[in-house]
Amino acid sequence: MLIIDNLHVRVAGKDILKGLTLSVKAGEVHAVMGPNGAGKSTLGHVLAGRDDYEVTAGTVTYDGANLLALAPEERAAAGVFLAFQYPVEIPGVNNTYFLRAALNAQRKRRGEPELDSMQFLKLVRERLKVMQLSPDLLSRAVNEGFSGGEKKRNEIFQMAVLEPKLAILDETDSGLDIDALKQVADGVNALRAADRAFIVVTHYQRLLDYIVPDFVHVLADGRIVESGDRTLALKLEEHGYAWVAGRQPAASAA
Amino acid sequence: MSNAFAVAVGETAAATLPHLPGAGVAWLDDARRAHLAAFLRDGLPAARNEAWKYTSLRALEQRAFALGDAGAAARAVDAQALVLPGADGPRLVFVNGAFRADLSRLDDLPDGLELQSLAVALAGDAESLREVFGATATDAFDRLNATLAGDGVLLRVAAGARIAAPVHLAYIGAPAVADLAWHARAVIELGEDSELALVEQHGDAGPHAHLGTLVSDIRLQRGARLHWTFLQEAGPGATLIRRSAFRLAADAAVTLHALELGGALVRHAITAVLEADRARFVSRGVFAPAGRQHLETRLDIRHLGRDTASDALWRGVADGRGRGVLHGAITVAAGADGADAQLSNKNLLLSAQAEIDTQPVLEIHADEVKASHGATVGQLDERALFYLRSRGLPLEQARALLTVAFCRAALDGLDNAPLREHLAARLAQHLPRLAGDVEA
Repeated sequence: MLIIDNLHVRVAGKDILKGLTLSVKAGEVHAVMGPNGAGKSTLGHVLAGRDDYEVTAGTVTYDGANLLALAPEERAAAGVFLAFQYPVEIPGVNNTYFLRAALNAQRKRRGEPELDSMQFLKLVRERLKVMQLSPDLLSRAVNEGFSGGEKKRNEIFQMAVLEPKLAILDETDSGLDIDALKQVADGVNALRAADRAFIVVTHYQRLLDYIVPDFVHVLADGRIVESGDRTLALKLEEHGYAWVAGRQPAASAA
Repeated sequence: MSNAFAVAVGETAAATLPHLPGAGVAWLDDARRAHLAAFLRDGLPAARNEAWKYTSLRALEQRAFALGDAGAAARAVDAQALVLPGADGPRLVFVNGAFRADLSRLDDLPDGLELQSLAVALAGDAESLREVFGATATDAFDRLNATLAGDGVLLRVAAGARIAAPVHLAYIGAPAVADLAWHARAVIELGEDSELALVEQHGDAGPHAHLGTLVSDIRLQRGARLHWTFLQEAGPGATLIRRSAFRLAADAAVTLHALELGGALVRHAITAVLEADRARFVSRGVFAPAGRQHLETRLDIRHLGRDTASDALWRGVADGRGRGVLHGAITVAAGADGADAQLSNKNLLLSAQAEIDTQPVLEIHADEVKASHGATVGQLDERALFYLRSRGLPLEQARALLTVAFCRAALDGLDNAPLREHLAARLAQHLPRLAGDVEA
């Protein structure tokens, strides 16, 4: 589904990703862990299409096509979703209106019929069961005045409505208490499917107790330096990131 | 006067005066002749005129307009275009400045509402309009209007009457044989403790490049309340110069909402005199010039009474080579203690060639005054834009959504919900056109 090969990315004149290679198949959950400043958030944003992030080398192939050639909205319609670490507050834009406009824009681009307001409302009610979110948040402006936990749950709720094929969760666990963390994890687990892949970017092992990954990768200084199964996350928890510091990039991180 | 504009006025006005409604009333004839003489003496404002600093009239000066539209009664206007959500009350329609009874709706006026064409009123009881028509005019367009306006609106609300269904005033420009100048006047009087909702609409019925001037005199007696909504969608070639002059007695309150979208060169001067204690003037508005549109709004708010309040909140959005101007002057006179004056103007530039000039001018001569003003000019938030696009919204749709959201604060206070949503929808519809103009 997704093949990242030797990706180099520069942000504001600084090299952040320096040869990142990662391959993700449908149905898989990959955790990407790493210390602060390793390039974790850059990975999510460059996959979602931020145009001020400069790709200086490497390729990203998604469903056989060059992902980097697509505009952010084209990537969204193709099934790429980024759950933001810091969801943006947008005063004056109603949450439900925005989500319906987004879903219909995606459907239109894919040549699917748009949902009318009744159909959309039905979908929203179904998805609300998956992600416990107070219905009054839906009638408010996008993320405006939401608590940190509400913002993160709103991201997962959006994901549940938009049903992406590749979801990237950028430090979705940061700033969450244990109850909110479980809610978010439940929401994600409910969406796990054979045709859907996840990249879970996180600093802490804690989230992976609830979203159990198939693969764990350690990102340090812009490269994947270690890959393994979920036990790698436990090792990291035990030894800290100093354990991988100074290791050579994994010969062929899969 | 050597320019084409003034020459045309000089050649046509004198012959027109004897045929204007109200002609033959000695004081009115005198006033009109005096205004004409003053206009011909001074002409249009020069570039050095501070009040016209941001709006050049040099191109207008080179144009000669025919005076009025003899065929106005026969101009085709789509009645459907006059339908406004939330405005199903009485309606007065003017085409190229002339009253059109066939398009208007004046049956079954509610008790306490007097509403008629000004031409009819002048022919009947000119004396009651003497104060308004006899007043001095200082501005060149005011003079022109005072000389040549023969039609318009006379609206009176009796003391204590509440006119809930908005009165709809529509000014429509329609194609004629030549580009013409029309001049209309509205006289609006609210009696003590009365209440009135009003919608002023400017639209067009086909391509034209007319000049229209509209002077509205609005008088509120003690405790009167007025809710006024402007929807300005004049034709793309139109020049429209308006003055709305409000005078408020004690405890009177005006709330206005304006959406300025149309026209080539449009200026709206809003003057409000808070003559007595606790008068209150709230203005909210959005101006959105695109292409080569020039849209100017001028506020001149004067606090004279004690404990008066004014609150102005305006949003500007300029795209293409559009130019927007907001001049906000607030004066708190000596003795107007306890005044509360707020002015906020935030602006968005959607293209590198667009320009917005925002000029707050506060003059305070009283004590214990609360006054604040803020003005900003910026661009759309890139982070918000990326967030919306990452969810699938195309760039143009994301821009339009954020732009409408930026403007909502100026429209949200409008109580008439169907009208409010109509304004928001008109604004949203205007925006993709803005985006198209950028490429042009």
